[in-house]
Amino acid sequence: MGRTTLDLWVGVFVAAGLAALLVLAFKVGNMRSVNLSDAYTVTADFDNIGGLKPRAAVKSAGVVVGRVSEIAFDDKTYEARVTLSLDKRYTFPKDTIAAILTSGLLGEQYIGLDAGGSDKKLANGDKIQITQSAVVLENLISNFLYSKAAGGSDKSPAPAAGAPATQGTQQ
Amino acid sequence: MMRIGVNFFSAIGRRVIEGVWRLGYVTRFLMLTLLRSCTSLTRPGLVIREIYSSGVLSLIIIAVSGLFVGMVLGFQGYETLKTYGSEQSLGVLVALSLVRELGPVVAALLFASRAGSAITAEIGLMKTTEQLKALEMMAIDPIARIVAPRFWGGVISMPLLAAIFSVMGVFGGYLVGVVLIGVDDGAFWSQMQAAVDVRHDVVNGFIKSCVFGFAVTTIALFEGYDAPPTAEGVSRATTRTVVTSSLTILALDFVLTAFMFKGV
Repeated sequence: MGRTTLDLWVGVFVAAGLAALLVLAFKVGNMRSVNLSDAYTVTADFDNIGGLKPRAAVKSAGVVVGRVSEIAFDDKTYEARVTLSLDKRYTFPKDTIAAILTSGLLGEQYIGLDAGGSDKKLANGDKIQITQSAVVLENLISNFLYSKAAGGSDKSPAPAAGAPATQGTQQ
Repeated sequence: MMRIGVNFFSAIGRRVIEGVWRLGYVTRFLMLTLLRSCTSLTRPGLVIREIYSSGVLSLIIIAVSGLFVGMVLGFQGYETLKTYGSEQSLGVLVALSLVRELGPVVAALLFASRAGSAITAEIGLMKTTEQLKALEMMAIDPIARIVAPRFWGGVISMPLLAAIFSVMGVFGGYLVGVVLIGVDDGAFWSQMQAAVDVRHDVVNGFIKSCVFGFAVTTIALFEGYDAPPTAEGVSRATTRTVVTSSLTILALDFVLTAFMFKGV
């Protein structure tokens, strides 16, 4: 069986198709930044994670340094246990603070890491001790209204009875 | 009055029995095709010829449609996003709609009407002119020699066509968004790359296009093989191929989307 022009065209077609898949992976997608094999995991416990989702970004100084790999509920402490996979290229001190932040007013939630001053570095499987929960807008508003009502008309108990019990998020 | 009622129910019954009968037949046909694919492996020339007729010949319509779908997405997306002051997200909108849904689905619909109908008409005509019987007379299995190469040709072509469709669409969106309207070039690509996940979006779209290719090719081959050996039979079989595969693609797309993107 000799080579034919038909083979050439099929070759061009298959090459174009594979090239299109590569373009989708590298130019349209973000294959380069996904290096889950080169990652170490740390955990952090939060009182309230708000709307944090798995695969949300972990940023430090605004730069993406990892992803949220797992979110679980711990029924011993009644806290959310968030597992973060961080890029191996970056190390953080042991006393790093993890906070759940929101990008923009309506944007998605991510975890911000604020580096501390310790000499020891976080290693695989470590736990971040200092965390700051997500700001829940409803609690914020009810706190505000409550303090406004308490300060405005001298200590009328009426709005306090109607306001929901504020839990957790007062900093 | 009584007669009309009885006829009505017996008509429903006939259609249901017909449907179940065809379902069983198509399953057996598919199994047989898969079992007798060895010929296609030992003679890759047969499959390459079918990749040419269903893949290469569909290339133009797929590429042009992809380009235009992307350009329309660019215009419409810009109009809507402008209202919220987030024109920068145009790349995200275009790329996600194409990679997740429009690429696989529209490419599969075009594939069904361009290549699927051709397969059905070809095999139906072979049956009508008794070429399939002639092959059997010469002790050549028509499923191994005619059906299996077309099956693999279609299954291989479809994901490649869908990928080409998506890339052309993204390029069309880029042409309209960045070149024509003037969205920032860097933001277009960087936001797109930040939002499109390879495992979650690109691979799932690829899986979808593989499933659609499998379904469309099976339906096209079966309708041709099952066509009544008359001119009218072949024409009806061709119509049925396009209608059935289009509906199957849309139904499968719903099921696959529900499995893949259940709101993570």
